[in-house]
Amino acid sequence: MTLPPDQSRVPSPESLVPCPEFGVAGKAGGGMNLDPRPSVICARLKKIKRVIAVTGWKGGIGKSVTAAVLALILGKKGHRAGLLDLDFAGASAHVVLGADGLFPKEEKGLEPPFISGVKFMSVSFFSKKKAVPLRGANISDAIIELLAITQWGELDFLIIDMPPGINDAALDIIRLIPRTEVLAVTTPSVMARAVLERSLDLYKRLKVPTLGVIENMTPQPGRPPKAGPQSKMARSVWPGGGVRQNLAGDIRFDPKLEAALGSPEKLLKTIFAADLEKISRAIF
Amino acid sequence: MHEWALAESVIKTAAEHFKKEKLKKLSEAGVVFGELQAIDKEIFSFALEELVKAESKILTGCKFKVIDEPAAFKCRVCGKEFTLKSLKKTAAEAEYIHFIPEMAHTFLKCPKCSSPDFEITAGRGVYIKYLTGEK
Repeated sequence: MTLPPDQSRVPSPESLVPCPEFGVAGKAGGGMNLDPRPSVICARLKKIKRVIAVTGWKGGIGKSVTAAVLALILGKKGHRAGLLDLDFAGASAHVVLGADGLFPKEEKGLEPPFISGVKFMSVSFFSKKKAVPLRGANISDAIIELLAITQWGELDFLIIDMPPGINDAALDIIRLIPRTEVLAVTTPSVMARAVLERSLDLYKRLKVPTLGVIENMTPQPGRPPKAGPQSKMARSVWPGGGVRQNLAGDIRFDPKLEAALGSPEKLLKTIFAADLEKISRAIF
Repeated sequence: MHEWALAESVIKTAAEHFKKEKLKKLSEAGVVFGELQAIDKEIFSFALEELVKAESKILTGCKFKVIDEPAAFKCRVCGKEFTLKSLKKTAAEAEYIHFIPEMAHTFLKCPKCSSPDFEITAGRGVYIKYLTGEK
């Protein structure tokens, strides 16, 4: 078997056929030792139109809330939306959505449960409020397992809540789902921004399409959100501009967001959701 | 019943091998069942048969031989080597490990030093040990 070719990562229905072949995970001992799981990942995702990885290179900048609320917004608009939490060490999308008491249904794999119209899958279903202390190779194995056994069915969007940075999870998603598009989250902090600039350069080299950057927690109460060419982040990160980059926008700091966590209904009524909805209109 | 999903992966991988190697017939596949994942052999074997009939007729006649592999662990902290039988887990925890074997690091611990930082050296889950066929 060969590694997937360095193909264009711009998403298109054609990119799903044929499915890429994957390298073989070696096991101890003699024999071929083929890991069969990657072979079905493409089939599991083939009825999903777009895969969006919500990422950022710092913790605590709002990736999980952005991913979860974006999925809710898309679901509310009538899209078939799914949310996959791949932040194993810091899984929190279930807290954002209030997904306590849910569990996937076993049906020739695992069917994600619905929450407020969104199909949701998370390692939290299996860790039950306990820590998940995994090393890199274990994370890769767990991601492959989840992707191989989850039956998403037909979706317009699968939103992936990524862990911070480019690590095993990010590299696995780029490898296993080559059509993934990145939606980056940052804050106005110079630290978050500096790291973000490096990450965008890396995504470019890896040929991962970047939908844009969302600047979260912008500290200007009452300021209307900006999306498109006027975005402060679009200007500062990409002085030269560009179509994709211009789709980014700002989300105002919303002091009432915390109280809405755990309730999809309340979340959709926040300033955070209103600003994100405007950005999503520009992006999708 | 997520055995179906894993059985499907075995069938697809075997079919890919069949095509890549331009085989006339695939005669036998050795499928390893790691003890940790506790796959239901009956369901898995039934799924294999049904999937060959429905989706992958080129594999008709292929014998799928199940090979049991005991789980083995080695603690990265104290070096202790241990087996699954020496570890305690509830039925619910066993089910979570069944779905995602890496949950072993959440629910199991080294019997000597109690660390969750151990290596699964054998018997994690399902893989194909060998495929034999005729060119």
